[in-house]
Amino acid sequence: MAEKDFEPRIIAFLCNWCTYAAADAAGISRMEQPLNVDIIRVMCSGRVDPSFVLKAFLEGADAVMVYGCHPPGDCHYSEGNYKTFRRMPLVEQLLEQYGIEKERFQWGWISAAEAPEWAATTRELTRKIKELGPLDWKGYLDGMESEGV
Amino acid sequence: MMAGKPRVAFYWAASCGGCDIATLEIREKILDLAQAVDIVFWPVAMDIKYKDVEAMEDGSIDVCFFNGAIRNAENEHMARLLRAKSKVLVAYGSCAHEGCIPGLANLSDREGIFEAVYKESPSTENPDGLVPQTRYELPEGEVEIPAFYDTVRTLGQTVEVDYFVPGCPPQADQTWAVFEAFVSGDLPPLGSVIGAGEKTVCDECERVKEEKKVKEFFRIHEIIPDEKKCLLEQGIVCAGPATRSGCGALCPTVNLPCRGCYGPPPGVVDQGAKLLSAIASVVDADTEEEARRIVSQIVDPIGTFYRFGLPASLLRRRKIQ
Repeated sequence: MAEKDFEPRIIAFLCNWCTYAAADAAGISRMEQPLNVDIIRVMCSGRVDPSFVLKAFLEGADAVMVYGCHPPGDCHYSEGNYKTFRRMPLVEQLLEQYGIEKERFQWGWISAAEAPEWAATTRELTRKIKELGPLDWKGYLDGMESEGV
Repeated sequence: MMAGKPRVAFYWAASCGGCDIATLEIREKILDLAQAVDIVFWPVAMDIKYKDVEAMEDGSIDVCFFNGAIRNAENEHMARLLRAKSKVLVAYGSCAHEGCIPGLANLSDREGIFEAVYKESPSTENPDGLVPQTRYELPEGEVEIPAFYDTVRTLGQTVEVDYFVPGCPPQADQTWAVFEAFVSGDLPPLGSVIGAGEKTVCDECERVKEEKKVKEFFRIHEIIPDEKKCLLEQGIVCAGPATRSGCGALCPTVNLPCRGCYGPPPGVVDQGAKLLSAIASVVDADTEEEARRIVSQIVDPIGTFYRFGLPASLLRRRKIQ
C-alpha cells in the first residue's frame, strides 16, 4: 500500500506552554526532525475540539497529533490537560469506528524541557505513517459517492 | 407565490414514512392547508405517478417538501426531478436534512449491507446467495430496479436545497408554523433552518441542572432515572447539549434522553464531535486510566453521537478497508 515517494502530511495541535515550546527548542537546537509535521499552536491541548481532528483528516492529513503538558501539575491553566485526557480516549474510539487506523491519531504529553522527545516522536510517527500509506479521505469519499453524480 | 393557489408537493425518499405521518399530525388543520394550497403530488395520499410529475413544467411547483435521504438511484432521480419542477425545495425532516437513521448505513457499504440483509440475517434463507441486480431478463421483457448506493447522502448533498426543517419527525406545531410562513411569504434567507429554535434542547429542558460529574455511564435500560434531575448528570448520554432546540425537549420530558434528531445547533459544524466533547467534559476522572474506564462504558460512540447525522458529518461515513 505504501508508495515509495509518499511524504505524509501530519497535523500537530500543540499547547503553547509545553509541547510547542519543546518543538521550538528542538528547532533551535537543530535536532533532526522530518518536514512532514505541520504545527498548529493552540493555547491549551484542552482547547482542541474533536472536530479539529476530524477536519484535519477530511482535508488531507495522514495523521493528527495532539500534545500538551504532563498531568497532573504541568498545565499552565491548572487542569486544561484533564480536559484533554477525558476527551481523547473517546476520540480514539470514534476514529476506530470511522475506520481510521489507530496509528494515525496520537496524543500525549511533552514538556518544554523534552525537545529530544518531540523530535524523536515526530521521526517515529512519520516513519510509521510512511509505512501505512496515505489516508486520502476526500479521494475515498469521492469514490464511495460517485454513483449517479 | 404565483397567481391562484400555491402548488405544493410532498415526497418521500429513503425514510420510514414518519415524516408523512408527522405532516398529518397537524390534524384538522390539514383541511385548512388543502383550502389554501393545491397539493399536486403526494405519494402517501394521492394516486399520481412519476410520469405525471415529469410532465409538469419546470418551476411549476411552488414548494416541495421532500423527506427522506438519498439511498438509491430512484431517490436521486426524484430529488433532481423535484428540484427542477419546484421553485422552492424544502428538506423536511432529519433524513433529508442530515441523513438520520438510514444514514447509519454509512458504517457499511453496499456489499456489506447486501451480505447482512440477504445472506447473514438469521431469518433469511437464500441458498443460492442471490442479491438484488439492477436489471433482470424475464420472458415479458427486462425489468429494472434502482441501483443501491454505497453511501447515503443528504438531500442538500445531492441538489440545492432552499430550506431545512429538522426533526425525526418535525413536530406538528413547527410544521404548521412552516406552512403558515410559506403561505404568508414571511421567510428567512434561503439556506436557513426553519421550524426550529436557535438554542439547544437543554435550553428548553426543565430538568434541574446542577454540577455534572459522571463516574459511570448507563444505557437507558440499565437505570430508572430520577424524573426531575438532568439526565446527563445521572450518567445517561443525553444529546441535549449539542442538539438544536425546537421540539420542546419532548424526550427528556418523558424521562428519555435527547437523541439529537434536531441536528446541530447554529454554528456547529459536526454535531457528533460537539456531543462527544460535551460528554467527555462531564467525565469525573483525575487520571487518564480512570477516564478510559469511564468512557469505555459508552458502547457505540459513533452510533450514539451521530445517530441522526452521520452523512452530514465532516467525515460522512466509515472507511471500509
